[in-house]
Amino acid sequence: MTDKNNKAVLELKVNNHPGAMSHICGLFARRAYNLEGILCLPLEDKRYSCIWLLVDEDQQLDQVIRQTEKLVDVLTLKHHVDVNHDVFIELEKAFHL
Amino acid sequence: MRLNGAQIIIKLLEQHGIKHVSGIPGGANLPVYDAFVDSNIEHILTRHEQGGGFIAQGMARVSGKVAVCMASSGPGATNLVTAVADAYLDSIPLIAITGQVPSSMIGTDAFQECDTYGLMLPITKHNWLVRSATELLEVIPEAFRIAASGRPGPVSIDVPKDVQLEEIELDALPPCLAQEQMPNANDAELAHFKQLLTEAQRPMLMVGGGVIHSGQAELLRQLAEQQEMPVVASFMGLGVIPAEHLLSLGMLGMHGAQGTNMALEECDLLIAAGVRFDDRATGKVSEFCPQAKIIHIDIDRSELGKIKQPCLGITADVCDTIRRLLLIAPPQQRMPWRERIAHLKQHFGLGSSDGFELFTPQGLIAELGRQCNEETNIITDVGQHQMWTAQLFPFQRPRQWISSGGLGTMGFGLPAAIGAALQQPERMALCISGDGSIMMNIQELDTAAEHDLNVKVVVMNNNHLGMVRQQQKLFYKARFSGINNRRRVDLALIAEGMGVRGIDLSDAPNPQQMLAEALATPGPCLINVPISEQEMVFPMVPAGAANHEMIVE
Repeated sequence: MTDKNNKAVLELKVNNHPGAMSHICGLFARRAYNLEGILCLPLEDKRYSCIWLLVDEDQQLDQVIRQTEKLVDVLTLKHHVDVNHDVFIELEKAFHL
Repeated sequence: MRLNGAQIIIKLLEQHGIKHVSGIPGGANLPVYDAFVDSNIEHILTRHEQGGGFIAQGMARVSGKVAVCMASSGPGATNLVTAVADAYLDSIPLIAITGQVPSSMIGTDAFQECDTYGLMLPITKHNWLVRSATELLEVIPEAFRIAASGRPGPVSIDVPKDVQLEEIELDALPPCLAQEQMPNANDAELAHFKQLLTEAQRPMLMVGGGVIHSGQAELLRQLAEQQEMPVVASFMGLGVIPAEHLLSLGMLGMHGAQGTNMALEECDLLIAAGVRFDDRATGKVSEFCPQAKIIHIDIDRSELGKIKQPCLGITADVCDTIRRLLLIAPPQQRMPWRERIAHLKQHFGLGSSDGFELFTPQGLIAELGRQCNEETNIITDVGQHQMWTAQLFPFQRPRQWISSGGLGTMGFGLPAAIGAALQQPERMALCISGDGSIMMNIQELDTAAEHDLNVKVVVMNNNHLGMVRQQQKLFYKARFSGINNRRRVDLALIAEGMGVRGIDLSDAPNPQQMLAEALATPGPCLINVPISEQEMVFPMVPAGAANHEMIVE
């Protein structure tokens, strides 16, 4: 199981088009910030998607959040600090089936 | 009306006030070039797409307005990449429009196909791969809005050929979009700002490119005068305050004057306005301004705390913030600090350029300073000549200084000067270059000749990659490697070959007079000035060292 200590989840609402995901993953890669888990699904209104990112909760996180918020396709960003990352735990169960 | 995608692009560029577009046509953007025929936009054909990118940058940098360049797919697009990355690091509003293979062929490794979207993604504020002509109606106005809003920057639009050809019916073109609302400082932040400033004994003002983008640099000078506070400029902030101003300490950092970096060591408050604490400015960050509280004002929130944690960080338009601060901050007299600054300037400044002969960096820059005025736009390439110009040229106004700062792209100078001359034909564009840099985009002399632009290229020619030689001399035990091709190129003759007047001051009986005459004659000209390869840019802070560890000579 993922070590839940020092992990945070970022919940993003983004424009649903090819490329939005590249913008986000590319940002994390070029800013050398570790991305532990990614989950992306279109919302009911197909114009938007929701992306959950499992990230390290460290002193660089604030900078990465600010950079992520600058992306044109990122409409909202919620930073969940003290959650049990349900989304990812459920996923892990699926991985271990 | 019935328009195809290409016609929509051109009509929307016209609507946004674009007068010139630089670039090169190719298979994948032929429809756009067909639409140029019916437009009053002047297309500037360049000799390499990178030249087209930098011509657009030159237009944007002197005007502050969005400029547009174009290229075809594949190699055309990859050749634009350097100019776009350069614009990204210096926050220059640029739109790069590239042709792409038809949608049905994307992903098939078609002829001249490459992933332009993927290439442009990390070097733009935003980028698009357009899927339909209708989408262009949204994308083009958005592109202008994003490039110009907040912290400016480049955007790129990749348009498949079938989208350029797709015809749609529309009643009217969409309107131009307003720029994003700028964030403003709140009253609590301003009060805190005022308090820190009032308490400070030895405040300093550090101005950067953000002040120039913000548009009212004179407010920063007012603040400095009202507070009796010295001003340092980052590389991008040169020109915010006139070089001769009593409170000006010139550029800080790696090639700043010793006294300038000493003042930063001593200050107890640093007001950082529109800067990003680049490593060439700060030196070793942990030892930068060790005694100072920092107030950081920037339009881009992600800059606050990125490198240096400020005591007060304000996400706002910098000039608006200073304008409001001026209304509430009481004037201060700081006699001991002013005297200290005067002492540092006198004893640890860059020294006078008087008495240097013309064929030295100091003598040449001083002579160019005398022969130019506030109206001249000064453009450089990258290397020693660039740092000597940054140190010594008497800049007097914002946007007079046009140079590749963040990316440091050799080959920037000539095409950027062409862009400056296109945008502001009433101003001479003086490109100060080196023999290394000029060779990287020298083909654009032909473009300057074609349009008979008032571009002057002064080449400080030491027949070496001088900045590399300098570093090998200082840090690699003078084990010289790859800095000289051992042949001497006749640059004046190359210029003549492209229809540009070329002169060599080493042949002149009276070089000073010949330089003056060449600069005073309208039209393009290349002026070769030999200097010794032994010359070095001092002071110099070794990369990674603290600014107080500078090598003075």
